[in-house]
Amino acid sequence: MTGLSPNALLLGALEQLGSFGLLFFRTMKNLFRKPREHQTLLQEIEEIGVRSLPVVSLTAAFGGLVFGFQMYIGFHRYIGPGSEAYGGPIITLSLAKELIPILVGLMISGRVGSSMAAEIGTMKITEQIDALHSLGANPIRYLVVPRTLAAFFMMPCLVLYGDVIGILTAYFYNVILMGVNGVIYVQNTLTYLEIWDIATGLIKACVFGVVIATVGCWQGMETEGGAEGVGRATTRTVVIASISILILNFFISKLLPATLKGG
Amino acid sequence: MIRISDVQKSFGPKIVLRGVNLTVEKGETMVVIGQSGSGKSVLLKHLIGLLKPDSGKIYVGDIEITHLRDDELMRVTRKFGLLFQGAALFDSLTVAGNVRFGLERYARLSEEEMQERVAESLGLVGLSGAECLMPFELSGGMKKRVGLARAIAYRPEIMLYDEPSTGIDPIRADAINELINKLKRDLGITSVVITHDMVSSYKIADRIAMLYDGRIIEVGTPEEIRGSKNAFIQQFIHGLADGPIKDW
Repeated sequence: MTGLSPNALLLGALEQLGSFGLLFFRTMKNLFRKPREHQTLLQEIEEIGVRSLPVVSLTAAFGGLVFGFQMYIGFHRYIGPGSEAYGGPIITLSLAKELIPILVGLMISGRVGSSMAAEIGTMKITEQIDALHSLGANPIRYLVVPRTLAAFFMMPCLVLYGDVIGILTAYFYNVILMGVNGVIYVQNTLTYLEIWDIATGLIKACVFGVVIATVGCWQGMETEGGAEGVGRATTRTVVIASISILILNFFISKLLPATLKGG
Repeated sequence: MIRISDVQKSFGPKIVLRGVNLTVEKGETMVVIGQSGSGKSVLLKHLIGLLKPDSGKIYVGDIEITHLRDDELMRVTRKFGLLFQGAALFDSLTVAGNVRFGLERYARLSEEEMQERVAESLGLVGLSGAECLMPFELSGGMKKRVGLARAIAYRPEIMLYDEPSTGIDPIRADAINELINKLKRDLGITSVVITHDMVSSYKIADRIAMLYDGRIIEVGTPEEIRGSKNAFIQQFIHGLADGPIKDW
């Protein structure tokens, strides 16, 4: 038990929400202002995009394999042998719209969000953020904006890459390993899959990218109390970003139309 | 040049500044002394806008800075160079990258001029040839000197020093004192120095102010401070455990 009254807990939560909202507002305000920190932006694109490729490859590959495996079992058991080839569109749609954006979002919040919080948190406790200010660099523009932009642009790239890997490994499991009819599998997939299904996943990825970067930077900026504080900030970043991704995923799925085709 | 008027600041229930009043004239070196934790660094951070007072005003020249927006404040802070207590070097940049950081934002120099200025600033602090080192390769004292080179590289009008001699051997500390005096003599830089090192204070100060219990309790020349009748000041400058200051 923390010993805090419900009112104090509510006030604390509102204070946190306010501090996040303020950072988000200041980030948006500084998004297109000069001077732009191109060097930092390029470094972050490399950090978030290029260096995340191995972990995204593994996650998407095994996500695709296990999903292909369960779909195979499902069709085989409930509809009957031979029906597995009709699982192609369902596997592809589920991977592209839900599973890959969520898996990539969770992995990136663990890999990148926590590192942002640790880096900025360390800068905060060693007065490097104050030094930025004293040397004419707006900390929001120098630290938060490049990370947010890089995450916004790189997350959809990673999700698209993850889609390709996941869809290919699901195909590999069903068609190559289990001998499902590849022509029907691919034909069905191409017939029923829409570009919009892929786009939905990419829209989610953009939102998740902004969430991961702003939560990581926010927790970093709020860091207090030395190494222990940095540890707390990284943990909180992963927890807050992951929960936010799962909640937002549901609401974005509900808000976006399931299909762009009429009827 | 700088006028601090009735500045008050609290962090939660802890009152740090209870109404500080102080004026720093153009071209002078003002040394603020006081116990550890007495709020000296907090006061310094108010001068550059890193902290906002709960009440009171701070003037830099004719500009009152406590209510400025970020971009307006940036234009004023351009006048300041700040040496941090722990140097606050950017871990991801080399020594040269650190020193040229402010230059790239504050000074309009060609690449060649910038490299010359970096070398000159490092030379002034006795670190010629250290351009390519990373901060983790430096000792505490070297970091401090790089921090000083970074702060003076873009030729600020006002220098703020937070404990410049802490963590440096006495010979280097004296060299830093000489440098502070040289900057004042040659470039007419106004300085505010936060320290509890009385040897340095007497060497560099035009005036000394003592901060105690959130207020400036006395301001005077080094001679006036030495001869002060104030028991708090006498206890502090002589480093005595016995005296009216009990909270140590």
